Amino acid sequence: MDVLKKSGLRGRGGAWFPTWRKWAAVADSSDGHAVVVINASEGEPLSAKDRTLISFRPHLVLDGAVLAAETLRADDIVLYLSRGTKDTELTLQRAVKERVRAGLAEPPIRIVRTAHRYIAGESSAVVNRASGGPSKPKFTLQRSAEKGVNDHPTLVQNAETLAHAAMIARYGAEWFRKLGTESSPGSTLMTLCGNVKHPGVYEVDLGARLGGVLEAAGGTVTPAGGALLGGYFGSWLPPNLLQDLPLDVDTLRSAHGASLGCGVLAVLPQGGCAVVEAARIFSYLAAENSGQCGPCVNGLGAIAETMERIAVSNAVPSDLDRVRRWVDMVRGRGACHHPDGAVGMLSSALTVFNDHLSVHVSRQRCYGANVAGFPPPPAPGQGWR
Amino acid sequence: MSEGIRRRLRVNPVLCDGYGYCAEIVPEVISLDDWGFPIVSSGPIEGDDLLRLADRAVATCPRLALLLENVAPDTH
Repeated sequence: MDVLKKSGLRGRGGAWFPTWRKWAAVADSSDGHAVVVINASEGEPLSAKDRTLISFRPHLVLDGAVLAAETLRADDIVLYLSRGTKDTELTLQRAVKERVRAGLAEPPIRIVRTAHRYIAGESSAVVNRASGGPSKPKFTLQRSAEKGVNDHPTLVQNAETLAHAAMIARYGAEWFRKLGTESSPGSTLMTLCGNVKHPGVYEVDLGARLGGVLEAAGGTVTPAGGALLGGYFGSWLPPNLLQDLPLDVDTLRSAHGASLGCGVLAVLPQGGCAVVEAARIFSYLAAENSGQCGPCVNGLGAIAETMERIAVSNAVPSDLDRVRRWVDMVRGRGACHHPDGAVGMLSSALTVFNDHLSVHVSRQRCYGANVAGFPPPPAPGQGWR
Repeated sequence: MSEGIRRRLRVNPVLCDGYGYCAEIVPEVISLDDWGFPIVSSGPIEGDDLLRLADRAVATCPRLALLLENVAPDTH
């Protein structure tokens, strides 16, 4: 735990919360029956980092989970996976079997599957599913660190974070800090897509700048028209910021209100339209609500419907005013952060590309709508088990 | 500071079906959004009269979706 604290590791699932603090909270409540959940559901449509990591280093992820279980006195390790990721599941099943055959003295690792949905990876949904319920978020007054899976203190940790923890245990905090910055040490996995020459997953130094990351992916195909950083809950960035943007979590947050999130960088092509892309993503997110909270169900639905009209320039300025009002109205009012993430992404698009919005609310044609930009969002998922 | 315990209202958005009774009982603390769901002010409730009304709103909610909780004492 001490080494973990010194390493300064932060969670790679999207929130970048200090990992040692998360572990400490569970350790404080642990009575020897704590639960460690490896969150490898990767519901973010643009992300491939966890899948990629698992295909190359399944044991590293499992090592991290076992290490957490030992540290937190847990006797249940849950491997949380999305259905429909067969290769990942087979790789992990094989790895688990290898460990059993090797006779390692460690808690049993059980696999829990979920429908492949955006919010199935949300911490309270994970706990709900691993306790035998649907993978829908829950309204709770107690944190899962105190009362999680089957009411036991629970650590829900992203697969990549556990792999980093395993590396830190092996090589030490100082080794880990050789890369990155003071507040964001180490390296991280990023998924690059859209307008880049070589889309894929890259391990990058957190001390790097975004320009360097783009270079590693062979640069852009056409000059960037902007980018979405952090996945579907991320922030839009204007083209002039991309080159020099630091990856350091605190600097990103304080200077640009942005976050690396789950490490996705989707680059818009020249002439592409961020308003169209943001509306498309928002519609997917609205459809992916879990049908539980009124403000999210109604609010996201109303915003999505209006944004769809704005995207095809079938709207008037008052439509935009209503969207902005609704964005403020739904923020913070769900049982989970699904509405907050969705409106955060949308409002960054409306702010950064504000000048372009006049085209969309004056019935002018937006030529960017026909430029193929991001991989299109998948069809919304089905079922919750 | 050693004042009495400060309390605030909170809504469980999963249970809430938007009946809206709460906003009629304590409009000072709860307003309704465009779809009839309550927007609860996050600050502590000031005064005994308002606290009594907040208590009644909690008891009236047909979905039992409203609760009064203690505001965590300021740590700074």
